[in-house]
Amino acid sequence: MAMFSQNPLLNGPNYSFNDGPISNAPEGARQHRFDPYTDNGGSTLAIAGADFTVMAGDTRLTSGYSINSRHHPKLFKIGGTTSDQKDANIVLSVVGFAADGEALKERLDAICKMYRYRHGKPMSVKACAQRLSTILYQKRFFPYYAYAILGGLDEEGKGAVYSYDPVGSYEREQCRAGGAAASLIMPFLDNQVNFKNQYIPNSGEGHALQERERRPLTRDEVEMLVKDAFDGAVERHIEVGDGLQMMVITKDGIEEVLLPLKKD
Amino acid sequence: MDHRPQAWGRPRDDVYGAYDASYLRSTGPKTATQAPVVTGTSVIAIKFKDGVVMAADNLASYGSLARFTDVKRLRPFLGTSVVGFGGDVSDMQFLDRHLNELAIDEAYEHETTASVSGPAPPGQLNAANLHKYLSKLMYRRRSDFDPLWNQILVAGFDSDKKPFLASVDLRGTAFTSPSLATGFGAMLAQPIMRRYAATEEDAARLSREEAVKVVKECMKVLFYRDARSLDRYSIAVVTKDGVELNEDEQLESQSWAFAERIRGYGTQTV
Repeated sequence: MAMFSQNPLLNGPNYSFNDGPISNAPEGARQHRFDPYTDNGGSTLAIAGADFTVMAGDTRLTSGYSINSRHHPKLFKIGGTTSDQKDANIVLSVVGFAADGEALKERLDAICKMYRYRHGKPMSVKACAQRLSTILYQKRFFPYYAYAILGGLDEEGKGAVYSYDPVGSYEREQCRAGGAAASLIMPFLDNQVNFKNQYIPNSGEGHALQERERRPLTRDEVEMLVKDAFDGAVERHIEVGDGLQMMVITKDGIEEVLLPLKKD
Repeated sequence: MDHRPQAWGRPRDDVYGAYDASYLRSTGPKTATQAPVVTGTSVIAIKFKDGVVMAADNLASYGSLARFTDVKRLRPFLGTSVVGFGGDVSDMQFLDRHLNELAIDEAYEHETTASVSGPAPPGQLNAANLHKYLSKLMYRRRSDFDPLWNQILVAGFDSDKKPFLASVDLRGTAFTSPSLATGFGAMLAQPIMRRYAATEEDAARLSREEAVKVVKECMKVLFYRDARSLDRYSIAVVTKDGVELNEDEQLESQSWAFAERIRGYGTQTV
């Protein structure tokens, strides 16, 4: 452009068409960048039993130090035929950024419904788990900022829990805690569900110590553990509280209970 | 003589200097709203026995300048719901136009059929539907990195004909509660409203008069403490009979006696 200039002294732009410099911000000026993510706090938990799975989450929704809502469920039934999801057999829990969690849930639910219509049968937990991983990884470079846990019963009728990171890495586990108080609850679960660091007294010295034998927990024991875990988390984490939503998945369907937690 | 037609009729560079075209910026990355400019402050709302009360003041600020003092930030929808906007005013006006189109389409699609209980609302979109629509719209815009810089409250009735109140913000985060407040109201008004409607059951026992009184009290507290607020405000009451909207309410019985006792900042030296 400048080489055709009428005025050889001015080596800058000649016309009012735009070919000016891209940035006209002064030196040191701060530019406000939009951050598409926030953390809405809360915590989730899932434990698999021999023939059941218990999923749980608190119902507080925060932003910063404010409580936005005291009743905002984090557990969703997935893949039912109706809007009330009464014939669903899979539960998804999401924690992290609430809007992404909601979007993720709607995506997975729509896909499970499509599967049902196409194949004439509900999706297995295993298939649903793989699909959820794919959904998350499809947004690898603009991720859903949500920690998901999927629960249900596997083909043999055993309890199944699949846990995820925001970009889709997943594994099947016996138990998993997610969200704000995950670091508080998970060690408790390691000890109480998988009997980590529990040894038979006087069974030996050092490495000769015998580990306590693992056994599947009963449903009552698991429900008690869940309540204790959340009571502990509420005490020590400000983003957890208000209500405990718990879903128990058995071969007879999904039972849902809502219990109060401390509201402070 | 310049033989290029593009240059004819334009100020000559050798006389006026080169034209600074940098502000035109048609190349380079697309820049969307990066910050709100003209803004509205808090919107507050509380559910009661048979409806919802919502209020927001009539001020649009330009930074700390009280720029426009007659801005209507509560907007009725189809005569059955109310939408309250906090945040950027131009984005609010965009949404307002968009909702107008939606309301017209909706009114054409479902023609009014008068029933025994009175005239039916034009269209079938209730507040819960509208909130879902707005939350999807806001989430889509944030995912495109072109957010509508608003916090929105939606009041009305849900599909079960129960009072409905919900919020959505610029990131698409949507939630409901018996009482809601945006901006400064979340810190100053929400604790007061929660005293009267902590749970849905509490809200279902609250009378209309009590709810209006609480909201007016909260608007007063906000005017006392929020520097970007105004004593002229709009208040809307949504019931099954429709929306009663007063856009020129004046804050009453203010008492600034407490201000004398404030110490620690300002001009006093003690």
